[in-house]
Amino acid sequence: MTEIEENDWDIVIEKKKSLLDLQLKQVWEYRDLLVLFVRRDFVSFYKQTILGPVWFFIQPVFTTIIYLFLFRNLAKLSTDEIPGPLFYISGITIWSYFSETLLKTSNVLRDNAGIFGKVYFPRLIMPLSIACSGLFKFGVQLSLLALIMLYYVLLGGGLDVPWQIVFFPFLVIIISLQALGIGMLVSALASKYRDLALLLGFGLQLLMFASPIVYPLSSLSGTFKILISVNPLTGIIETVRYCLFRHGTVDPIVLLYSIFFTIGSFLLGIIVYNRTERSFVDTV
Amino acid sequence: MSTVIEVTDVSKAYQLGQINTGTLSTDLHRWWALKRGKEDPFLRIGETNDRTTASEGNVVWSLKDINFNIHEGDSVGIIGRNGAGKSTLLKLMSRITEPTTGKIKIKGKIASLLEVGTGFHPELSGRDNIFLNGAILGMKKAEIKQKFDEIVDFSGVERYIDTPVKRYSSGMYVRLAFAVAAHLDSEILIVDEVLAVGDAEFQNKCLSKMNELGHKSGRTIIFVSHNMTAIKALCTTSLYLNKGNMISYDSTSQIIQEYLTSSSPVISSDGIIPSDSSLHGTGDARFVKILTINQNKTFEKNFHFGDKILLEIEIDVFKELLDVILGVHILTVYGEKLAMIIPDQNYKPSSFSEGRHRMTIGLNDRLMPGEYSFSLTISYLYTGQDIDVVENVSNITISKDSVDTNLQYPWPTVHGYFQPNADWEISKL
Repeated sequence: MTEIEENDWDIVIEKKKSLLDLQLKQVWEYRDLLVLFVRRDFVSFYKQTILGPVWFFIQPVFTTIIYLFLFRNLAKLSTDEIPGPLFYISGITIWSYFSETLLKTSNVLRDNAGIFGKVYFPRLIMPLSIACSGLFKFGVQLSLLALIMLYYVLLGGGLDVPWQIVFFPFLVIIISLQALGIGMLVSALASKYRDLALLLGFGLQLLMFASPIVYPLSSLSGTFKILISVNPLTGIIETVRYCLFRHGTVDPIVLLYSIFFTIGSFLLGIIVYNRTERSFVDTV
Repeated sequence: MSTVIEVTDVSKAYQLGQINTGTLSTDLHRWWALKRGKEDPFLRIGETNDRTTASEGNVVWSLKDINFNIHEGDSVGIIGRNGAGKSTLLKLMSRITEPTTGKIKIKGKIASLLEVGTGFHPELSGRDNIFLNGAILGMKKAEIKQKFDEIVDFSGVERYIDTPVKRYSSGMYVRLAFAVAAHLDSEILIVDEVLAVGDAEFQNKCLSKMNELGHKSGRTIIFVSHNMTAIKALCTTSLYLNKGNMISYDSTSQIIQEYLTSSSPVISSDGIIPSDSSLHGTGDARFVKILTINQNKTFEKNFHFGDKILLEIEIDVFKELLDVILGVHILTVYGEKLAMIIPDQNYKPSSFSEGRHRMTIGLNDRLMPGEYSFSLTISYLYTGQDIDVVENVSNITISKDSVDTNLQYPWPTVHGYFQPNADWEISKL
């Protein structure tokens, strides 16, 4: 029998001590699984439906119509000189991506307890696949937004798309990271206290109204403006609107705060999630 | 041969009561109770458990100081009663949970199969599920693509490969799932009792596939099963666990013998079944006594071929039982279930009033010379829930010679295990 050097082992299983051992290399090795999970989510979404992928469009379209009626015609809320349909559909698309990713991620440990208890793969794959599935749906819905934008650009309405649109992808990444970070944090804590998951489901509904989705930040002033700006999503959503439609309140301090909040919550989320994931199957 | 798995001082502790109380309110409730100097209101959880009483406080050592090495190409069986720590050991080696202390070092790619069809999505077709399941088990997409035809061929569900698996029969489902697992390209394969599913033909197919993987392609296999025959067929060496401790690690035949002798509850001539021999069950009733008796109505362990064997079983019923199914299994020395004796040939359920009941069973078929034991089961008909299970009790030996001079067992080897009561007519045509 040959002596095996310590570094010859491929896997060493022991109680992990390092908080930052995130096994990102493993995640990369399992990238095929990530893709297949996304595919699974997409295919199973429209299986046994008549309209299939058309469902991706139905939700934003109808919500936009309702909002146009409710908030613009009835409540006479400003849309920041952006055409109503564009204002609402951009907000709705971003919000539904954010909230769905956050909500699904916050249940990721509980929903996958069965699979996690039976087979090993880097646990980070699951939240990532949720974000990617969401991103896919988001992309499909963006095409709708792009179509409406095209309409306003070509057929009047005076939409002038700024060059800053190139920053749009970065903003989407920030939204994803924020949803993932908070989601993973809640998921880890909710594996012990389920109240958090319930609270989040309800809190998200309220949070939408604390974000500039149905109203622009410019319509607020004083304390309200500051309060709403504390919401880390506010800076991002206003910047998104600016990058797409040249109308939006971009305050560098608010934006920087949002970015730092995102990075912080993502790091915290990923660390706590990884920490919990190790002992999670024992306690569930 | 080099060592591919090295397990050093591995222990795994589970906490009882302390964890997983669920909600913040229960935690606060407990904190408040402790604050006032009262006892923890949630600590009672699990304390009646037999395994708990052996431990200190509310920590249960599911595994304690396990040390062993597995060499390349070995097929290792893991044997032990329920709660011996087999599953925990597999989970540790599969990286599903981490050990409390100690280290497990693994060389090479490892794949574990603790359940058939993990991650199967009912809405997806067989084809999609092959890819998904393969990837979950650690295969790359390209690998799966390359082996796809082989997998489909092995599973035998070609016709339905594009049908959602929710329309599959459970047999087809399992076939497909096992087919994926059987084509894993890993150097080490960990298999839990997945072979307990599927029909006999498929079980054989699985066993021979695993045999092929182990012996021909030199894969290292770790296999957990209650089926001693399967372990014997597959594994050269075995590991025997009992209550979290490693009892021995030796050749399979040695271990099986050891397991069967030590795991069978000691029954003295009075036939009393020790109270800790119950494997599992709801506890609504308990088998208390089993005696093997001969025609002279006295306790007997050694029978002659052709002797009538009588079993006297007593059961304590703690609450009225309606529609329950009783069964007595005859087991071989390898723990295989040979046959089940039931009170009613038409499986009519029995009912019991509270109190102690005595049952006498006369075995009409002849057992061939050899060693046998019995296991007793009582379960609810409708839910299938076991009320009490006692395994491997009352060893008996049947010798070749008979008291009746006209009846001798003439052959040196065993032709099967029992002689069915059959009619054989011969007529000249």
